[in-house]
Amino acid sequence: MSVLVYINSENGKVAKNALEVITYGKKIGDVVVVTNGSTDNATLESLGAYGASKVLVDRAFEGADAQQVTRLVAKAAESTGATTIIFSNDLIGKAVAPRLSVRLKAGLVAGAIDTPDADGNIKVNVFSGKAFGNVKVNSEMRIIALLPNSFQPEEVGGTASVEEFNGEAGTAAVTVKATKKPEGSIPLPEAELVVSAGRGLKGPENWGIVETLAQELGAATACSRPVSDIGWRPHHEHVGQTGVAIRPNLYIAAGISGAIQHLAGVNGSKTIVVINTDEEAPFFKAADYGIVGDAFEVLPRLTEAVKKFKAAN
Amino acid sequence: MKILVCISKAPDTTSKIAFVEGNTKFDESGVQYIVNPYDEWYALVRGLELKESLGGTVTTVTVGTASDDATIRKALAIGADDAVRIDTEAKDAFQVAAEIAAYAKEQGFDLILTGKETINYNGSQVGGMIAEHLDLPFVSLATKLDVNGTTASLEKEIVGGSQEVEAQLPVVVSCSKGMAEQRIPNMRGIMAARTKPLNVVAASNPEQLTGFVSYELPAPKAAVKMIDPENMDELVALLHNEAKVI
Ligand SMILES: Cc1cc2nc3c(=O)[nH]c(=O)nc-3n(C[C@H](O)[C@H](O)[C@H](O)COP(=O)(O)OP(=O)(O)OC[C@H]3O[C@@H](n4cnc5c(N)ncnc54)[C@H](O)[C@@H]3O)c2cc1C
Repeated sequence: MSVLVYINSENGKVAKNALEVITYGKKIGDVVVVTNGSTDNATLESLGAYGASKVLVDRAFEGADAQQVTRLVAKAAESTGATTIIFSNDLIGKAVAPRLSVRLKAGLVAGAIDTPDADGNIKVNVFSGKAFGNVKVNSEMRIIALLPNSFQPEEVGGTASVEEFNGEAGTAAVTVKATKKPEGSIPLPEAELVVSAGRGLKGPENWGIVETLAQELGAATACSRPVSDIGWRPHHEHVGQTGVAIRPNLYIAAGISGAIQHLAGVNGSKTIVVINTDEEAPFFKAADYGIVGDAFEVLPRLTEAVKKFKAAN
Repeated sequence: MKILVCISKAPDTTSKIAFVEGNTKFDESGVQYIVNPYDEWYALVRGLELKESLGGTVTTVTVGTASDDATIRKALAIGADDAVRIDTEAKDAFQVAAEIAAYAKEQGFDLILTGKETINYNGSQVGGMIAEHLDLPFVSLATKLDVNGTTASLEKEIVGGSQEVEAQLPVVVSCSKGMAEQRIPNMRGIMAARTKPLNVVAASNPEQLTGFVSYELPAPKAAVKMIDPENMDELVALLHNEAKVI
């Protein structure tokens, strides 16, 4: 069975979640990747290492305009005859997959966290991570949007053949005026390690100890909702039921009480460390490791311990 | 300007999540429904702000049964002019989007706003699907929206940053945090909402492409391991050797 996988490759770089979707696709069938832009052939060929057998690349447009990408993927589906199409459920997948679902009349499973079971049902996160649902697709074609960080890339060896492809993507109706990407920061939804802090940190001037630990670990920073509401931290760092839902390997929460709405966005994390002065803080019930202590002392101490560990390993 | 805001209900954020009928149905007993926060706090309020500064109307649309009327009245209390309910049970995003698109097609809306996602199904699908049905541009996860003449100027989240974009009306926008501040309905709004039009229209009954066959709850967590706040070397060792995350 042929599986079509869309990946975004900007500035010649392929992100980790692109490798995740290729690995995922390989578990279902023979993977053809479709992408666009100017990423060089050698990089695209190297996707074979993760299981892609062929890469179709449309050199006619850059970027990820949802209408253009929808037309491109629809065209690639037609030419490959693929009946399963896979996206990462990142910000691009969330804009493109719904459009494509309508265009191809293909049932969309958004937020998948596992491969289809024996009956073809696919597990997804629902209720902001408080439960899972199993989705059945009734249409002949299906689109699966995989939750980032729910599948690790696996190298299987091999190189992919690269073919130029005319996706007839047309023009973009949404024009981009400016793009801002802070240098050096790790996008939160993709981060494997996250250091997060809440109102217990008392003020924005105290975030240095959070950022230093994050830098030492190579982690992204996050915060609770009140912290972003009062403007101590930017909105995109707000995690929880009404913020970003994340599932990193490690989530360190300092000075966050662990309200149900906060937990909803982070309880998919593989390991949770909670630092709180109040031993009764509800967050300890959801934690793997708990430290009753003052974040102002514990965070710098943890940073030192990480430094020591890195020097020794 | 004619603005349409898509409103969905969602279980209150403190609801206990449980399932019945052999884990095939969400247990609604004792569950309080609220207006989905993204629809209410960001899409609806920004729609109202635009109406207040530029003139026009704000209509809400909901796919649902009479049991949704209470949440619809809440949206009217916050300030929408009128509401439409497409009279059928909401089953999946594809069906909901097809119903809304079928209704909106002939209405000439300049802006169609949705919340970023619902907090129960987190699909983030309906806006893009409506846009494709109507062949309109769609700006997802917008954190700012302004309208100047027939041009919408927006800021949106992208992977690792943000982008300023423009599109010509009509346009479909999914609204995320930053777009507006939550508004609490006042007594006058609540009174007025009782008499504002809530038009019930017949469903167009598109096919259903997906469905939930069952639900599961996550396995309970093992008990937390407490660590001496003086001994962060132990924590690092556990994260490395036991949890294997660093
Ligand atoms: C509809 C709705 C949606 C919501 N959505 C979200 C959401 O998406 N995300 C979210 O986060 N919240 C959300 N909330 C808010 C949520 O209910 C909580 O109010 C919020 O998470 C609390 O944030 P906090 O833990 O930072 O602050 P607090 O509850 O004030 O907790 C601060 C914690 O810091 C501890 N502390 C104080 N000093 C120190 C110190 N020196 N060292 C260590 N610990 C210290 C305290 O013991 C306390 O536990 C939502 C609420 C509603 C009603």
